[in-house]
Amino acid sequence: MGYRDNLQLTPEKQLKHFISIEGLPRAVLVDILDTAETFSSVGEQAVKKVPILRGKTIVNLFFENSTRTRTTFELAAKRLSADVLNFNISVSATSKGESLLDTLQNLEAMQADMFVVRHAQSGAAHFIARHVPEHISVINAGDGNHAHPTQAMLDVFTIRKHFGEFAKLKVAIVGDILHSRVARSQIHALTTLGVDEVRVVAPKTLIPVGISELGVHVYHDICRGLNDVDVVIMLRLQKERMSGAFLPSEKEYFQQYGLTNERLSCAKPHAIVMHPGPINRGVEIASDVADGERSVILEQVTNGIAVRMAVMSMCMGRYSAAREAS
Amino acid sequence: MSRVLIQNGRVIDPKNGLDKNADVYIADGKIAAIGEAPVGFSADEVIDASGQIVSPGFVDLSVALREPGFEYKATIESETRAAVQAGVTTLCCPPDTRPVIDTPSVVESIQQRNEQAGYARVVMIGALTSGMEGKQLSEIAALKAVGCVGVGNGVHAIKNALVMRRAMEYASSHDMTVFIHPMDPWLAADGFAHEGAVATRLGLNGIPEIAETIAVSRDLALAELTGARVHFCRLSTAAAVRILSRAGFDGLPVSGDVAAHQLHLVDVDMSSFDSNYHVIPPLRSQRDKEGLRAGLIDNVLSGICSDHQPHDVDAKVGPLKDTAPGISGLASLLPLTLKLVEETSLSLSDALGFITYKPAKVLGLNVGAIAVGDSADVCVFDPEACWILNEDTMISRGKNSPYMNRELVGKVSHTLYEGRIVYRS
Repeated sequence: MGYRDNLQLTPEKQLKHFISIEGLPRAVLVDILDTAETFSSVGEQAVKKVPILRGKTIVNLFFENSTRTRTTFELAAKRLSADVLNFNISVSATSKGESLLDTLQNLEAMQADMFVVRHAQSGAAHFIARHVPEHISVINAGDGNHAHPTQAMLDVFTIRKHFGEFAKLKVAIVGDILHSRVARSQIHALTTLGVDEVRVVAPKTLIPVGISELGVHVYHDICRGLNDVDVVIMLRLQKERMSGAFLPSEKEYFQQYGLTNERLSCAKPHAIVMHPGPINRGVEIASDVADGERSVILEQVTNGIAVRMAVMSMCMGRYSAAREAS
Repeated sequence: MSRVLIQNGRVIDPKNGLDKNADVYIADGKIAAIGEAPVGFSADEVIDASGQIVSPGFVDLSVALREPGFEYKATIESETRAAVQAGVTTLCCPPDTRPVIDTPSVVESIQQRNEQAGYARVVMIGALTSGMEGKQLSEIAALKAVGCVGVGNGVHAIKNALVMRRAMEYASSHDMTVFIHPMDPWLAADGFAHEGAVATRLGLNGIPEIAETIAVSRDLALAELTGARVHFCRLSTAAAVRILSRAGFDGLPVSGDVAAHQLHLVDVDMSSFDSNYHVIPPLRSQRDKEGLRAGLIDNVLSGICSDHQPHDVDAKVGPLKDTAPGISGLASLLPLTLKLVEETSLSLSDALGFITYKPAKVLGLNVGAIAVGDSADVCVFDPEACWILNEDTMISRGKNSPYMNRELVGKVSHTLYEGRIVYRS
C-alpha cells in the first residue's frame, strides 16, 4: 500500500495529523506544550478568541458518545475562530449501511479542513487519516484502546505547570490499564519526555500482556506502587468490567485500589492527583481526595482547551501564526 | 489426448527423491517417461524448461473458492484459474461456503462447476456438523461417498467437548480425517491480533497463544481416546508445534499444517493497522515464526498452504476489527516457500515436499509426485524470476494481499493438469 513511515508529520517534520504520541519526536511534544502555553491566556481575556483558524471548518466526528471531550474540542476550535460542525454518529446509524468511508466522503464534500475523530475501534484514526484528501488534517480524540493523544498532552502540560520539568518525576497510573487508550498515550508521552519512572498499578486482570516493553514498571499493590511518586493518575473504572470476570465488585476494587488520603500519604508530600474524568466517586477515588488540595482534576479540564488549540493550529500549518499571536 | 515433452528442465520429485536434469514425457494424461523417450513418442507440444524446475503440481490444503454463496468475492472459475497460475493443481476447499458443504448436493454442485472450469483438481472438506453449528453431526458417510476427503468445522470451534468426542468417534468409524482449526473460543474472545506487546501498544484485542495450545491439547486427548485421525489446520504458535511433536512421538495419527504467510510475517507487521495483515489465527511473534519453521525442518508439520481467502474490496476497508480476516494467498505460495530455502536449512526438494506429496498424504490422495504412471500434474517454474504482484499480474478476484505491489521471487511458466497445459505465462 506504500504507507508513509510517519503518517503524522509532513516531509518538513511539521505536524499534519495528530493520531498517536508514539512516533512523534520529543521536540514536537515540547512544541505542543510551548504553543499551548501561549494559548493559556486566551481564556482569561475579555474576548476569548484569536483569529488563527478564521474561515476554516472543523468537523467533530464522534462515533462514540463523549460530551466532555467533544465540548473542549469545540471550545478550542471556536477560540481559534474556526467554524465547527458536530456529528454524533451512533453505532446504529452506521450499521444501517453507510460505511465509514461513505460518511467521510460526505463530510469532505462539505469542504471540511479538519476532522476530530472519536471511534470505538483501535486504528480508526489511522484509517481515516489514510483516506482523507491531502488538505484535511485528522486529530484523534480517542480510538478504541489505542490512543487518546490530546488527553495525554493535556496531562503532561498540567504536570509541567506544577513541576517545571520531567526528568526527576515518578508517575503512577492506577486502574484499568488494559482497556485504557488514555494510559497508553500517557505512557508514550511521559517516557518520550523523559520522566524518571512510569508505573502502572492494577490487578493482573487489568494489565495488558507485554506492557513493560513500553518502559513501565508494573505493580499490583497500590501502596508499593504509590510509594515516593510525584504524580498519581487515576483511571476511570467502567462498570462493565464486573461482568467480564476482570473484577469481583466495585466495593472490593475501591478497597484494594481506590485512592484515599491514607494511600496518598505513600506518595511524596507534594504529589498531585490527576484523573482524565469523568470520575467515579467511591469507586476509583474517594471524594475527599478528588476535591482535596492535591487534586488538579479541574485544572486538567481547563488545560485541555489550550492544548487542543495548540494541536489544531499546528496541524493546520498555523504554527508560526500561533507564535505571532502570543 | 495430446503428448507433451518438457525439455531440459531440472526435474525435482521430492516424494521419489528425484532431482536431476531430464526430459519429461507426457501422454494420455500421465507421466510416460522421465529421461529416455518412450518408443515411438512424438510430442504435439514441446515446453523448453531450460533453467527452470519441473516439479509435481502443487497441492494446497486450503483454498476458499467462495462459491456457492460468495460469488461477489470470487468464483470456482476465477480461483481455480488463479491456482494453476500459481502452480497449484490440487486444492482443498474448506466447508465455509453458503450453504456450507454439509450435504452431498453442495459437494456435487461444486464438483460440476469445477469440471466446467477444468483447470485443477478440487477436493473438499465436508462440514463436521450440520451448518457448522457445532451441534448435530452432518451425514459424514454420505459426504465421504461423494468424495469429501475429510470433515471439519472450519474456523468455528466446537465448544462442546462431548460433541467433539462423538464427532471424532463417528468420523473415525468411517475412516475420515477430522480437520481442526484449533482455537479456544473463550480464550480468543473478541481478539484479532496476537496477544503480546505489539497488540498492547496498538490497543488491539489479543488472541493468546494459549487459545491455540489448549485447543490442540484438548483435541489431541480426544483423538487419543477415540482413535480418530486428526489434522490441525493453520498452526500459528511454536508451543502448538511442540505439543504436536510430542503426540507424534506417542504414535498418534496426527498431523498439522501452516499458512505460508505465518512463516514470514509477524505481529509487528500490523503496526500500520493495514487490514491486509488481519488474519486468523493472527500473525504471531518472531519466536513463533521460528518455531513454525523448525516444525517444518523437523518434519512435525506436513504442509505449507496458501490459506487462500479472496475478499471483495469493501471487506478490507475500515478499522482493523471491522475488516474480514484472510489473505488472497495463492499467488505468493511458491515465492514464500522458495524464500524458506534461502532463509533456512531446507533444501529446494524439502521445501517443495511441503507443497506436493506431504499435503497430498494428509488428504489421502495419490498426487503430488511425478513418477511414471502418475497423473501428469506438473508445474514448471523459474525459481529466480522476479515479478511484481499487482492488480494486473494477480488472477484471483481477491486482491487482498500484504504482498501487493511487492517483488516476489519464483514464477510459474507452465502448469499441466492431467497432461493438459492449463496455464502458460
